[in-house]
Amino acid sequence: MLEEMVHPMSKYLRAAMMPHIWCSGCGNGIILNCFIQAIDELQIDLNKLVVVSGIGCIGRAAGYTNTNSFHTTHGRPIAFATGAKLANPGLDVVVISGDGDLFAIGGNHFIHAARRNIGIKVICANNFNYGMTGGQQGPTTPLYALTPTSPYGNIENPFNLVHLAAASGATYVARWTTLHARRLTQSIVKLLQKEGFCFIEVISPCPEIFGRHNKMRTGLEMMEWFKKASVVESFTDPAKAEISSEKIVVGEFVDMEKPSYERLLLEKIAQINKKAQE
Amino acid sequence: MAKKENVLTGAHFMNGDIACAEGAIAAGCKFFAGYPITPATEIAEHLSQRMPEIGGIYIQMEDEIASMAAVIGASYAGLKAMTATSGPGFSLMQENIGLAVMTEAPCVIVDVMRGGPSTGQPTLPGQQDVMQAKWGSHGDYEIVALAPSSVQEMFDLTIEAFNLSETYRVPTILLADEVVGHMWEKVMIPPTEKIKVVNRKKPNVPPEEYMPFMPDDDLVPPMACFGEGFSFHATGLTHDEHGYPKTQSSEIQERLVKRLCDKIRINADKIIRAEEVTLEDADVVVVAYGIVARSALSAVRKARGEGIRAGLLRPITLWPFPEKAVAKIAKQAKKIVVPEMNCGQLVREVERSAKETPVVFLSKLGEDPHTPTEILEAIRRNS
Repeated sequence: MLEEMVHPMSKYLRAAMMPHIWCSGCGNGIILNCFIQAIDELQIDLNKLVVVSGIGCIGRAAGYTNTNSFHTTHGRPIAFATGAKLANPGLDVVVISGDGDLFAIGGNHFIHAARRNIGIKVICANNFNYGMTGGQQGPTTPLYALTPTSPYGNIENPFNLVHLAAASGATYVARWTTLHARRLTQSIVKLLQKEGFCFIEVISPCPEIFGRHNKMRTGLEMMEWFKKASVVESFTDPAKAEISSEKIVVGEFVDMEKPSYERLLLEKIAQINKKAQE
Repeated sequence: MAKKENVLTGAHFMNGDIACAEGAIAAGCKFFAGYPITPATEIAEHLSQRMPEIGGIYIQMEDEIASMAAVIGASYAGLKAMTATSGPGFSLMQENIGLAVMTEAPCVIVDVMRGGPSTGQPTLPGQQDVMQAKWGSHGDYEIVALAPSSVQEMFDLTIEAFNLSETYRVPTILLADEVVGHMWEKVMIPPTEKIKVVNRKKPNVPPEEYMPFMPDDDLVPPMACFGEGFSFHATGLTHDEHGYPKTQSSEIQERLVKRLCDKIRINADKIIRAEEVTLEDADVVVVAYGIVARSALSAVRKARGEGIRAGLLRPITLWPFPEKAVAKIAKQAKKIVVPEMNCGQLVREVERSAKETPVVFLSKLGEDPHTPTEILEAIRRNS
């Protein structure tokens, strides 16, 4: 008799939320896959894990993960996560969101959370555009790229997210593309274990929305670009970690030890209460 | 209940902002996120000192948008949480007040009102955020807002705000004004065991049966928090009882949004509080709230001294609005006088509830609240 086959990773996903909303060729599934592989490898207690997302295609990742999850307003997952982490520092709080959510509308929250070094872990799916609303130009859209709101070519300079994260004070900063699935998984394993504010940028293909305006109509074509252009240059100067049609610098850029906000806060509270008892 | 040693039982001389902060602690608040703004800053300053003493969290966020988001995060992680601001910050918070409504996150927002619009008059009182408190975020919703008239009420109503917020899983607003916030008065803080403190309902089903947005008969769903063994999802999208997004269903949208409104509407009689002074035989009734109600009380007493049958109805709950109490006085009163420090906000609710009875509006902007004499003259003119 045939036994019912259950995928070993299915326990990490909410079956009731499937099918997912992502287009064919989208990289979000790879990012979610790498994330749950990392959770599985570390045997993270799902009861203590909180996944927070903002608005956008990857924003649905929180709901797809079978754990405590919260889907916030646009741009606010880091601010929400800050409250959750401080209210219960025993929680592993992970933010999975997109480049528009985290760096345009939510940019202020990102730099301040990194500056505080609060112990939340941020994974950003960077697909160079606002996919969910139809591909408009955003804070990471390459110069001269075509989008529905930059029909003559984008004339805004994009953020270099790893440089921004490093300059803002993150203790761990890495960039991979969805082509680097194994390295990305290992990077997430590291991210989940480190103290303080940690950040991974994942360059993710968006053929249906971004690619078709920019001569990469399939996921495969976008992955070919990642393959051709990616160069692992770990611990190079984050300011020089460029993304262009010729070169995508990937790797780990920051990996340092620094006491987290919640550690300093809890130490302060203990100190104050000890003094009060004396 | 807050720990005994956390509550400053006894008689104190303090300002309204500090009384509010102490009220939060007495209510069991363990999390404050905020951003400095006049005239609410003293709440943050006081809690930055007091929260660590009681093992609670104080964090200054990068703006009021973040403050409100952090408060919701803390609430979902199991703590009673609060923020405090004034008009400009209250405007920024509206987005996530909507999120707190939609995800039914218990939390308290203190708005110490100053003069607006925009940056307006940072150091002067106003009552211009009354409608924003009710309608400020997009979409339909009901909310609870309380208006303190004294420093004692800054303490008492902050506790009440937490209790209502926890009971109904609704963001509750303490709508104070600059005078009440900065005024110094005597405050009596009761013994811990005399302070009524309400905590959110917890689920009494096993985790696999838990549906985070399945309401009880009172229309309020029991609330599990992160880390308590219940794996659940919450979203600002229209969602079903499981918390899963269902954005294409008119049936689910209607069921959810109506319940969010109805859980306050059907419980309105339990929530609403108003103070009534010499209303039994009143011909002229003043409806006033916040600091203006103090002048109104003085004016009503003076009018009575002159033989005018005057009364005061002081809504303590601005939202839901005590419409039945106004309708009742409207049956007997000849005139209703509404002094407000704005261009006409709560007066619209009074007019709506008073139906045929004439309502006289007394607007004052820009410096001090209405004096008792100003209100007394209005009573005389309309008696």
